[in-house]
Parts: sequence; C-alpha cells; structure tokens
Amino acid sequence: MIEFKDVSKIYHTRQNTINAVDHVSLKIQDSEIFGIVGYSGAGKSTLVRLINNLERPTSGSVYIDDVDMTTLNGKALRTMRQNIGMIFQHFNLLWSRTVRDNIELPLELKGLNKGQRQQKADELIDLVGLKGRETAYPSELSGGQKQRVGIARALANDPKILLCDEATSALDPATTEEVLELLLKINQQLHITMVVITHEMHVVRKICQNMAVMDTGRIVEQGAVLDIFRHPQADLTKEFVQEEVNPEKDDTKVIVSQLLAQVPDGLILKLTFHGEQAKLPIISEMLKRFPEIELNIIEGNIHQTQGGALGNLYLQLVGKQDLLTQGVAFLNTMRVDTEVIRNA
Amino acid sequence: MRDPNSFASYFNFSQVNWNNLWSATVETVWMTLLSLVFVFIFGIILGLLLFETTGKHTAGSVILNKLTAIFVNIFRSIPFIILIVLLIPLTKKMTGTIIGPRAAIPSLIISAAPFYARMVEIGFHEIDAGVIEAAEAMGASRLQIMWKVLIPESLPAIVSGITVTGISLIGYTAMAGVIGAGGLGNLAYQDGFQANQNAVTLTATVVILIVVFIFQAIGDFAVRKIDKRAIA
Repeated sequence: MIEFKDVSKIYHTRQNTINAVDHVSLKIQDSEIFGIVGYSGAGKSTLVRLINNLERPTSGSVYIDDVDMTTLNGKALRTMRQNIGMIFQHFNLLWSRTVRDNIELPLELKGLNKGQRQQKADELIDLVGLKGRETAYPSELSGGQKQRVGIARALANDPKILLCDEATSALDPATTEEVLELLLKINQQLHITMVVITHEMHVVRKICQNMAVMDTGRIVEQGAVLDIFRHPQADLTKEFVQEEVNPEKDDTKVIVSQLLAQVPDGLILKLTFHGEQAKLPIISEMLKRFPEIELNIIEGNIHQTQGGALGNLYLQLVGKQDLLTQGVAFLNTMRVDTEVIRNA
Repeated sequence: MRDPNSFASYFNFSQVNWNNLWSATVETVWMTLLSLVFVFIFGIILGLLLFETTGKHTAGSVILNKLTAIFVNIFRSIPFIILIVLLIPLTKKMTGTIIGPRAAIPSLIISAAPFYARMVEIGFHEIDAGVIEAAEAMGASRLQIMWKVLIPESLPAIVSGITVTGISLIGYTAMAGVIGAGGLGNLAYQDGFQANQNAVTLTATVVILIVVFIFQAIGDFAVRKIDKRAIA
C-alpha cells in the first residue's frame, strides 16, 4: 500500500512561493490502478515523484508498505527505487542503446550478469510485444513502440509499483488504446500497483478502479471511478466527467430543442445507467408493461469503465399522462436515475 | 643565385631533408596524441565536476564549482605562448628538461584540458534531463549515472570535442616548436624561416595540413558511427 500522510511540497522562487502539493492524504491499495487527474500545473507530477522520492516533501510522510520513503537516503533509497518502475510522457529512453540494452539498463545497475540480463530482457520483449525489434535504436521506433520499451524497462526489476507520468499524452488515440490495454494486461498478469497521472479522463475511465482529482496542489475529490463518474461533486470533477461522458452535450440540447419543435407533445426523459443495469433490458421491459406508451430515442451513449458500464439515454415518451407517470415510476423502481427534461 | 625570397624558392624541394621532415612529423603527431590522451582524461573529469556541481546548493558543491570554473577560465584564457614560458619551472620539475617534445607536454595539457572540459560540460547539458531522471528512478548512483548515462549519451559531443581540441593542439605544438619543442613547427621556423629555405616551410605547412585533415576525417567518421539519434 502507498500512503500519503498530510504531504506538502513547497517551492520557493525569487518572486513567490508555490504550493505544488498542499496537505495531501491519500491511500493507494495493492494491485489496484489508481488514477490522478488534473490540468497541467495541478501538482500531479510532483505528487507522483514523492512516491519514489525524486522529490522530497516539505512536510508530511509517504509510506510504502510501512516504510517511510522520506527518511531513506543513499543506498537504502536506491534499493527501494528498484522496486518502483516509472514510465514517462516522453519515454526518456537512452538513444545510444538498442531496445534490448535499454531494457537491460536497470539490471546492469543492479549488477546482474549478462546471461541473467538477457533472459529477463527476452521475457519482457515478449510481454510488451516487441519481438523482432530488439536491435533497433529508439530513433527507429514509433511513439507507441518507444513507450513499450519504456514499460519493459520499468518492469525489469519486477517492481511492486509502476508510476505512469502522463504515459499516453504524447501518443495518438489508437496508440493510446494499445498502451492502455498493455498496462491493463500487465496489472492483471503481474498484480502490480499502478499510479497513473493524466489530464485525460478517458485514461482513468478505461483502466483505473479508484481515482483522485487534483487542483492547485490539493485533492478536491477521490473515490471509486464509477462513483465519481456518476456523482461528481467538485466543479472541476464535473468538468472532467462532462468532457469525457458527454462531450457533445450542446448537440443534445440542439437535438432536444429540434425535437420539441417537431413533436410538441410527450415527455422528454434522461436516463443514467450504471454498472449492471446497463446490461438489463429495462426499456423493453417498460414497453411490455405499458404497451400504449410510444417511445422515441433521441440520443444515447455508453462507456465502459473498470467498475462496469456507464450510460446516458435521452427518450421521448408519448401517451396518456397517468401512463407516463407510471412508466417513469417503473424505471425508478429499476434504480435507473431519471431526470425529466420536459413534462408533456 | 636566385633570390631566396622569390616565389619560385618555395618550390625548390632539394632543400628539404626528407628524413628530418619525417622525424619532425613523428614528433608532432606524438606530442599531439600523448597530450590528447591526458587532455581527454582531465577534460572528462573536469567536465563531470563542472556538470555535477552546477545548480547544486550545498556549500561543498558551490565552492568546488567556483574553484573549477576559475581554474578552467584562467587557463583557457592565457595565450599558449605565454603559458609555455610561465610553466617553465613546472615543466623542468616534471620532465627534467625544458627543450624537446617531452617538455611541451605539460603546457599542452594545461592549456587544452580546460578548453575541452567546457565542451564536455556543454555536451552533458544537452542530454535530456528526463533521461537522467529515469536513471535516478531506477536507483542508479551518481557514479552509475556518469558512466552509463552521461558519457554514452553525450559521446558524439565528446568525440567531436576531442577532434576540435586535437586540431588546436596541433597548432599549439607548432608554437611550442618555435621555442625548441621540436616537431613540424620547429622545422618550419628553424630550417625553413631562419635558414631561408622557403620550400621547407611550405612542405612543413602542407604536412601539418595533411595531419589536421586526417585527424578531422577520423573524428567525423567516429561521430557518424556512434550517433544513433537520427534514422540512418
């Protein structure tokens, strides 16, 4: 477990003082993928570097399995860092080394002999899917391939923790998906705890179980990814969730107003599904019970998260008022969040 | 007899003693290479020292940085011909003589090493800070970072730096030659200029140029071989 206990990091510049990390307390469980979201400058990068002590906190402590990282120095710190892999936005590979030699670097630092290094490197090259590219130099690789080398290198020492510093931010969407799939696979196969910092809510939704939202050094919200997507509390969180779940909200408004103009009657309803409900045939169930209700789907979307599916559906219901009321009541009994946008 | 200063006198190659020319060439190359080995070693050490102490705030680092920087800046700035005279007592102590190729070595090293150290330091600063951070995150010690990251990642700069330094060293050996260090400079000055044998001066010049070109070509070739940053 990784635990932040009231950690602050303050930078002093000539003109002013910057609270990069401001009284953060946080627990990250073993084997989970934990996401930290925030805009650039929110302090995410500093926070993640407090874990492997690349940055030392001004106050507070960072524990990894009851070892206070802030008290470690010299050899003890370096040995501890070997158990913490790290990958970076710009990969930070050595251009002077081939794929294989880059992956072997952490093992060289540890003092393993050539045979042991080669065996481990072969395993990792297989794991990240770079077979056949062993002797290539980083300049000959695509961004996605470079990040695969970065991941293999970070896993060379069989770490318990993997820190991902904006690991997909320099990649195109398709490559981002591939790298996220790889991280997910590694988490499931090797049970490594991962701390993922990103400004893309999409990354968190796709691979994280729990998350925190950071703003100007403080954690403004934390919890299970699914809960935060369903009920974001802080304004910043709402902004992030909105961006991810429903980036075309304005489009929906346009569609709804068009529909209101075209079909002036009926009830307009927004349903929010989460978890297992998204898999149930709730709508057709309602129509079976209330066959006289006419239904029109205006808009809908559904996203997969690590905690289950999450979706919105906009419906127009036309029929007798009491039937409509009963229909909505039925949906509520199925524990679907309903929101009446316009009553008939 | 023809005018010793005429244009044609430059091509009167009968004046050239080819054996002397050969031994002078060997002396020049030997002086250059031997001092270059020491310049390389001291330059890397000083460059590492400058790099590692820059931007640190501990008292030791600040003092070490200032001292190294002062040393480097002073010896880089003293004109070589003055330095060689200035160092005569030291030279005598170290080599037991103040004439001949051996006597030129200490001055050559002291004048070129600080110059090279600055180039090495610049090479280190060109390395992406993220790469060094990645090595730190792996648990690398300072010494491992120097050996496994700083030097390999700046190798093209280190090699092209030593090429440039080597070429200016060839120039310095010629200067040292004038005050008795031997080599092609000595030959051009004593047998050429002072004995009014212009063909000797010209030949010595051409040989120095050839040595410089060969040196440059080897350096360029080596840099091309080791630099893997651009796709071939």
